[in-house]
Amino acid sequence: MRTITIHHSFAQTLRSIFTDGGALLFCIVVPLLYPVLYSLIYNGENVREVPVTVVDDCHSPLSRDYIRRLDATPDVRVVYHATDMLAAQQQIKAREVYGIIRIPADFQDALMQGRQTHVQAYCDMSGMLYYKAILTANTDVSLDMNAEVKVADLGGNPIAMASGIHGGTDEQRSVLQHPVRYESVALYNAQNGFASFLIPAVLVLVIQQTMLLGIGLIAGTRRERGLKIDGDMGAFATLTGTALAFITVYIPVSAYVLCVVPAIFHLPQIGSLWHLAMLMLPFLVAVFNLGITTATLARQRETVFILIVFTSVPLLFLTGVSWPGAAFPEFWHWFAMLFPSTHGANAYIRIYAMGATLADVRHEYLMLWALAAFYALTAWLSVRHVFRERKAKA
Amino acid sequence: MFKIFLRELRRLATTPLYWFMLVGGPVFCTVLLTTLMHEGLPSELPVGVVDMDRTPTSRNLTRNIDAFQVCRVEAHFATANEARHAMQRDEIYAFYLIPEGTTRKLLAQQQPTVSFYTNPQYLVAASLTYKDMRMMSELMGGAATRSVLTARGVGNSQQMGMLQPIVIDCHPIANPSLNYNVYLSNILLPGILSLFFLFMTVYGIGIEIKEGTADALMAEAAGGGTVGDWRTAARALFGKLAAQGLGMHVMAWLLMLYLYGALHFPCHCGLPVMLLVASLFVVASQGLGVLMICALPGLRMGLSFASLWGVISFSICGMSFPVMAMPAWIQGLAVLFPLRHYYLLYVNCALDGYPLANAWPFAAALLAFAILPLLFVRRFGHIMRHTAYAP
Repeated sequence: MRTITIHHSFAQTLRSIFTDGGALLFCIVVPLLYPVLYSLIYNGENVREVPVTVVDDCHSPLSRDYIRRLDATPDVRVVYHATDMLAAQQQIKAREVYGIIRIPADFQDALMQGRQTHVQAYCDMSGMLYYKAILTANTDVSLDMNAEVKVADLGGNPIAMASGIHGGTDEQRSVLQHPVRYESVALYNAQNGFASFLIPAVLVLVIQQTMLLGIGLIAGTRRERGLKIDGDMGAFATLTGTALAFITVYIPVSAYVLCVVPAIFHLPQIGSLWHLAMLMLPFLVAVFNLGITTATLARQRETVFILIVFTSVPLLFLTGVSWPGAAFPEFWHWFAMLFPSTHGANAYIRIYAMGATLADVRHEYLMLWALAAFYALTAWLSVRHVFRERKAKA
Repeated sequence: MFKIFLRELRRLATTPLYWFMLVGGPVFCTVLLTTLMHEGLPSELPVGVVDMDRTPTSRNLTRNIDAFQVCRVEAHFATANEARHAMQRDEIYAFYLIPEGTTRKLLAQQQPTVSFYTNPQYLVAASLTYKDMRMMSELMGGAATRSVLTARGVGNSQQMGMLQPIVIDCHPIANPSLNYNVYLSNILLPGILSLFFLFMTVYGIGIEIKEGTADALMAEAAGGGTVGDWRTAARALFGKLAAQGLGMHVMAWLLMLYLYGALHFPCHCGLPVMLLVASLFVVASQGLGVLMICALPGLRMGLSFASLWGVISFSICGMSFPVMAMPAWIQGLAVLFPLRHYYLLYVNCALDGYPLANAWPFAAALLAFAILPLLFVRRFGHIMRHTAYAP
C-alpha cells in the first residue's frame, strides 16, 4: 500500500510541476533564464577605463609622463584636463568623471631634488569598484615611477649621488630599485573578476529559492483546492513521493545551473563533477524538506512569494561570500548555519571553482545532511499536522 | 475616497501578512544587514604564512603581517601546497610565502623574491588582504634600501624622498573609512523595502479580486453613483494607495532616520532632502506595483512579476557592479528599475551633498513611475469589475 502511495504522490507532484503555471515558471523557466541574466549583468568581470579628470598644477615633462602612464593603465581613462579643482569638481558633480587626480605644482622639482611629493587622488565612493580602479592605477604608476626615480639621473639628484648609484651598473640599479621582488598570485579567480566571485553563490541560491517557491506554490494550490486525501495516505509516504518528484526535476536543473551556466560564461570550473554530485544530494534533500516546512506556514498560495523572495538578499550575505564569514558577529554566524544555501554555496565554490575534494568540505557536507535530517523531521511533523487537520474537517 | 482610505487602513491593521510586509520583514533585514557589517571594514581575517627561510628577518615579517588591521596570522605551513590546501578547506583567505634564502639574498643584494597568494573567490577578503600584503612587501624592500642608504651616510629625512618619491594621498569622497555598511546598507535596505512595497501594492489589489471583495470595494467607492464610472475607479484606487502609502512612508522615513540619525551614515544634503527622496521612491514603487497588477491581473502572476523584477533591481541598479561595465542593452534596461534612480539620487544628495536639482532627471524618472496609476485608472476599474479569480 505504501509503495502505491509513494508512486501516486510522485506522479501527482510531477504532473503539478509541469501543469501549474506558477510552479513551471519558478522550477523550470526561472532556473533556465535567471542565471543567464545575472551572468550577463556581471560578465564584464571588472570595471575598466573609469573616466577621471586630471588637474596638472605642475605642467612639466614628469607630470605629463605620470598622466600618460595613468591613462595607459587598464583601470582608468583620463578624459579631461581641468585647469583647477573647481572645474574638476564640476565634472564630478555632473557625473562625467568618477575621480580627480591632482598633481602638485612642485611635482617635478621635488623629484629632481630628492624630496617627497604627494599626488592627490579623489575617488567617487558610489561604488567600491571605482575607488579600487582609481587607487590601483595610481599606486601602480607611482610605484613604477618611484623605482625609476630612485636610480634616474635627474640632473644631480643628491640622493642618487649619495647612494653611489650614480653611474653604477645596470644590476646595481636594479637592486636599488627593488631590493626585494614580490609577486602576487590571485588563485582560482585569476582576473579578480566580479562574476567569477558572485555568480557561483547566486547560482546555488537560485536553486534553493526556486525550489522553495515551487514547493510553496504546489502546496498552496493543494490546500486551496482542498484536494481530497485517501484515507490511508500517510504523511511519510506522501512526503517521500513528493521529494522524489522534486529531486527528479532538480537533478537536470542543478546540472544546468551549476555546470552549464559556468561553462557558457567561462567562470572558474576546475572541480570534480563526481564530488559536486555527491554534494548536491544532501543539498537538494535539505532544501526540499525546508520547503515543505515553510510551505505549511503559508495559508494562501501567494503568501510564499512574500515569505521567500525577500530572503534572497539576506541569505546571499549570510553565505559569507561577499562580506567575509570570518568577520560575522557570533550570532549571525550560528544563524547562517540554519540555511542549506550557506553550506551549499561555500561547498560548491570550493569544490567547483577551487578544486577542493569532498573531504575538504567535510564540515559543509555533514551540516547539509544534518539540516536534511532536521528539516525532514519538521516537514514530517507539519505535513502530519495538516493531514490531521483535514481529516478532522472531513 | 476617504471611506476607501479608512477601509484600507482597517485592512492593513488587521491582516497579519501586511504587518509582515510592512514591519516584520523590513525590520528583520535592517537589523541583519546593519549588524552583520557593523564593523564597517572586515578586520582580523585569517591568513597563513609559509616561512621556509626561518630567520629573525622572516619572523619579523610574519609579525608585521599579523600587526596589520586586516590580517591575522592563523597558521604556519611547511609548504605552499599545504597552505593552498588550507585555503580550499576555508581555513585561510590568503597566504604569504617567504622562500628559503630570502634573508641571505637580501643581505648579499641578490634580489630575493617573496610572493603572496590571495583568493578572489571571496573578493572583498581578497582585495583587503592583497592591499596589506602588497604594502608589507613594499615596506620590506624599503627597509632594505634604507639600510643601504644609512650605510652610505644618507640622512633620515632624505631617505624618504629616495624610498617613496611619489606618495598617493587617496581621498575617498564622503566615505573615508571605506565603510562597507555605508556602501551596501544604504541601497540594499531601501531596495528590500521597495520589494515589499511592490508586493503590498500588488497584493492589496489582487486580494480584492481573489477574495471576491472587489465588488464591495467598488460599490463603496461609487457611494450611490455608477460603479462603472472612471471616477469611481479613481476613488477606489487612490483611496487604497493613499492608505498603503501612509504606512509605507512611516517605514521609509523610519529607515532614513535609522540610517542617518542613529547610525550616522553620511548625509550631506541634510535629512529633509533624503526624506523627500524616500517619499519619491515610495510613490514610484507604488506606481510600478499598480502597473504590475494591472498588466497581469492575477494575484499570482502579479506577485511573480514583482518578485522577478524586484530581485533583479539589486544587481541592475549598479551599486555593487557599475552599470557602465554591463552590456549596452542592460544599461538601457536599468532605467526601468526605480532602485537605479534612487541609488543615483542617494549618491548625488546624501553622499556627495549636491542639491537635488543637480540630479533632476532621476527624480523625474521616479515621478514618472509615480504617475503610472493615472494611466491605469480605467484598466483598474475594468479588472475590479470583470476579473474572476482563477486559482
